[in-house]
Amino acid sequence: MIDVLFYFIAAVTVMGALFVAFSGNIVHSAFGLMASMLGVAGLYGYMSADFLMISQLVIYVGGIIILVLFAVMFTGDIRNINESNKSINLLWSIPFISAILGMIIAAESKVGFTTSMTSLHNSPTTEKIGNALLGKYILPFEIISLLLFAVLLGAVYVARKHKEDVR
Amino acid sequence: MGVITIYHFLTVAAILFALGIFVVSTRRNVIAILMGIELILNAANINFVAFSRYGTGKIDGEIFAIFVIILAAAEAVVGMSIVLMLFRRYSHIDATNLDELKQ
Repeated sequence: MIDVLFYFIAAVTVMGALFVAFSGNIVHSAFGLMASMLGVAGLYGYMSADFLMISQLVIYVGGIIILVLFAVMFTGDIRNINESNKSINLLWSIPFISAILGMIIAAESKVGFTTSMTSLHNSPTTEKIGNALLGKYILPFEIISLLLFAVLLGAVYVARKHKEDVR
Repeated sequence: MGVITIYHFLTVAAILFALGIFVVSTRRNVIAILMGIELILNAANINFVAFSRYGTGKIDGEIFAIFVIILAAAEAVVGMSIVLMLFRRYSHIDATNLDELKQ
């Protein structure tokens, strides 16, 4: 029963990504990305990574997708489908990505990875992640807070209304 | 059906990665290219968590995935602000026509 659940989540993820790749309308692409991110959150839940699952929901589905939708609505003529989501090079890129996919899967199947989940299965991960972030990984944690501050300032600086652009 | 092994997760991640590369290499809309980058980063994240879960059982892979999520959020914010600025200046966001550096 539990393996049927995996195939369902994987199907949602892959179908969403296919929608992003092949939909002609960019708004549909954005909603396909939302389905794909929800599927990835489901995969994290399947691997009992509870904290990551909630982070994925809050940051991706609640934040980044909304940001993408805002950008889509603000830019361009979204009703004109041929203009809003044009593709180029479709002919050669399908064999190209098929080759990439085949190479990755063939290379991975050559390596003998452990195929059973380890025993921390089903135990909550929040405490371990918190201890690791404030212990072993304290330096990257502080650096990434600096990065977030820089991104905050940089986004405001780039997107503000420049005086010479006002027409 | 049978039991779910690490190869199932790796296959899903590989499909997401290939579709992300496809989106990045074929789309002309800059926002769609950013969506492809998000797909690629999520494929990498699935691999991190799968190796963390099926490997030694340590938490390090999940920490790395958290950092990747934070970087993806930062990249999306900066990318979208650049897209808005491009649209304000050129009135379009077609990547094939943004070639001023080539001239």
